[in-house]
Amino acid sequence: MMTIDVQTLIPLFVAVPLGVSLLVQLVARRQHVLAEVLTITTLLLLTLMSCYTIGQSGIYHLGGWPTPIGIDMRLDALATLLLLIVSVVGLAVSLYSVDYMRRFTASSHFYSLFLLMVTGMNGVILAGDLFNLYVFLEVAAIASYSLVAFGCAHEELEASFKYIVLGSLSSALILTGVALVYGITGTLNLTHIATRIAAEGMNTPLLLAFGLFICGFSFKAALVPFHAWLPDAHPSAPAPVSAMLSGVLIKAIGIYVLARLAFNVFGVTSNELSLLRWLGLLSMVAGGLLAVGQKDIKRLFAYSSISQVGFMVLGLGLGTPLGLVGGLYHLVNHALFKPLLFLNAGAIEYATGTRDLKQLGGLNRQLPVTAATSMVGSMSIAGIPPFSGFWSKLIIVLACIESGFYLFATVAVLVSIVTLAYQLKVQRMAFFAALPKALEGIRREPPMMALAMILLAIGSIALSFAVLTGLSDPWLIGAAQQTLTAGIFGG
Amino acid sequence: MSATRKLRDHGTGMGMTVKTVTRWLKGPILLFGIYLVFYGHITPGGGFGGGVVIASAFILITLASGEATGLGIFGKGWASRLDSVGLLMFLVLGWLGTWWAGGYFFENFISTPKAAHYTLFSGGLLPMANIALGLKVASALFLVFTVLTAFHIAEQKPDSSEGHEEQHQEDDS
Amino acid sequence: MIYSLCLLLILIGLYGVVVSRQTLKIVVSILLMNHGVHLLLLLIGYREAGNPPIVDPGTSIASFASGAVDPLPQALVLTAIVIGLGVLALMVALCVRLYERYGTFDVTEIRRLRG
Repeated sequence: MMTIDVQTLIPLFVAVPLGVSLLVQLVARRQHVLAEVLTITTLLLLTLMSCYTIGQSGIYHLGGWPTPIGIDMRLDALATLLLLIVSVVGLAVSLYSVDYMRRFTASSHFYSLFLLMVTGMNGVILAGDLFNLYVFLEVAAIASYSLVAFGCAHEELEASFKYIVLGSLSSALILTGVALVYGITGTLNLTHIATRIAAEGMNTPLLLAFGLFICGFSFKAALVPFHAWLPDAHPSAPAPVSAMLSGVLIKAIGIYVLARLAFNVFGVTSNELSLLRWLGLLSMVAGGLLAVGQKDIKRLFAYSSISQVGFMVLGLGLGTPLGLVGGLYHLVNHALFKPLLFLNAGAIEYATGTRDLKQLGGLNRQLPVTAATSMVGSMSIAGIPPFSGFWSKLIIVLACIESGFYLFATVAVLVSIVTLAYQLKVQRMAFFAALPKALEGIRREPPMMALAMILLAIGSIALSFAVLTGLSDPWLIGAAQQTLTAGIFGG
Repeated sequence: MSATRKLRDHGTGMGMTVKTVTRWLKGPILLFGIYLVFYGHITPGGGFGGGVVIASAFILITLASGEATGLGIFGKGWASRLDSVGLLMFLVLGWLGTWWAGGYFFENFISTPKAAHYTLFSGGLLPMANIALGLKVASALFLVFTVLTAFHIAEQKPDSSEGHEEQHQEDDS
Repeated sequence: MIYSLCLLLILIGLYGVVVSRQTLKIVVSILLMNHGVHLLLLLIGYREAGNPPIVDPGTSIASFASGAVDPLPQALVLTAIVIGLGVLALMVALCVRLYERYGTFDVTEIRRLRG
């Protein structure tokens, strides 16, 4: 195999999905099969490219202009981790949507928007420049607003309107933060901002900019109290869109950027990180408690996402290497099993036509693949050994105890028990209960959907072996954690 | 999303004065927009601003003479295709920069001789990128305007959601 | 002083989003808020008694750098305006579709999702 220089690969992560998205619009307007083939091929290509970038890093100067003048794209271990997650989950979701989107007549628009969202996320992950980050953030966000409203049913439009209003507010806050940072440091390049802040220290306007960034990106990451759009947007969207949104979007444009800005650019101390810890605690508790009483499967999973994001932010907010490993490991785990759970809910809705837990039951025999993968996903998210969710939650709890935050550790353990409670509720009511009369003759899930779910389940099980390489330095995640703890001047 | 879209034509647009003035002005406005796009590397303007002015010329025609006339000049299918083609041109121009050894995306590989500075045929890659952007912005803006005003859903669906209806149809077939 | 006027514009937009009962008024308030943010970004690049950032054949780079207004925020604001235009188009399309579905522009009546 010829050795491709990683420098040529970096811009292709953004250019390839963008180009194919436009190609789908031009060429595959009416032919849905061509659009599906193009999308799946592109995502396969992206997965291979991200596998190739493991262990490599580099800075790409767009246009050949040197760093202070030009726009950079930077690739390091944390970016590699997230690129891998985006590509793998995107591949599984695009395989799933081949069957699921058949009932929509404009499905080529779906693939075009989907690829646009992947472009935006890749651009945010690889951005070395604060304004480029904002532009690609907006590209991904606009694509996701359109995707949430894709079916044009009542709930989808209402949820999308709420999402777009709150999203625009948060983007305005982020742009204000960018303006303040530019005004104070005089540059937009992340490396240069980092060196200026390290040289001159954090003064009050920079603290205000950092606060604005936390508010803006907490909206995107759906931390409490900025979470109000998520329980409406994620259930109402079509199932592959919910999987993508909950699995990768809130992490790639929310948590990743928060971690980048906090550790690599601003170089925050434990004081400012305490805000992240408390936000994480609040999200864990509120998301978990609100999820228990839900009757709609996807709404329950949406609140569960808020809760798990709280775990991640708690882990990241600890600042210690073990805490960062826990937060990142939980990010990777959640990125695999939450899309799996949403795809399961989509398969249930596809087969039975309803999402209400009270009307479901006995799906263990009717939808075997869904039931098996759902069992894997639920056990993992609830934190049952030896599944991967157990290890990441254990690391977070250990990191809390190691830093001396006994309150946070206790609350984390209690919220894990609450997570187990609502996951068991879903399993019991949807899969193990008696089969109601109305659901006797439903057919099984189509093969592509089953393939996608099995793919994610295998990935989730494979991740539980990642911890065997060392509790404090797992493969890939340890390298990502080291780029964060390297501190300022890395960003 | 299976609703068919019917063109809603409110008649022949606005009164005689507006139509006459539009007939005089549409040429200069279009020319001004093209000037902004072409001279974007020397004077303020460029693809974005020039594209908006070009689109506004077509929007003026649509407002003055009715939706059917406007769509007759610049149809919906053409606008959608030009939209994608414009951005694809921009991407391809950027990708051409990587062909040279040590080249980067969007590198300006056409160098301008010193004597040609500050004239129209200078700046290398920039005028071509401006043209591609102007094409995209103009067609996108016109498409947005047309779809929002000139089309409406022909059949009003009953109160239940459309997604469920489509699913039931699929179950029967 | 003038930055506080931008902040006032942002706050008026925010007030409009929170208080408005109609979807289109919410859209216009978001537009207003975007205008305030763009104005802030633009004014950060301002220089007292500065020249427009255009290089004529006779200007030297040094005199340009010391006398002209910062051109980078102008480019940033152009991009931000176009992004705002895209979001505006999507919001207005959503409002139109919401009207066709629910029959009203009133936000308090578009409340099927709860819990």
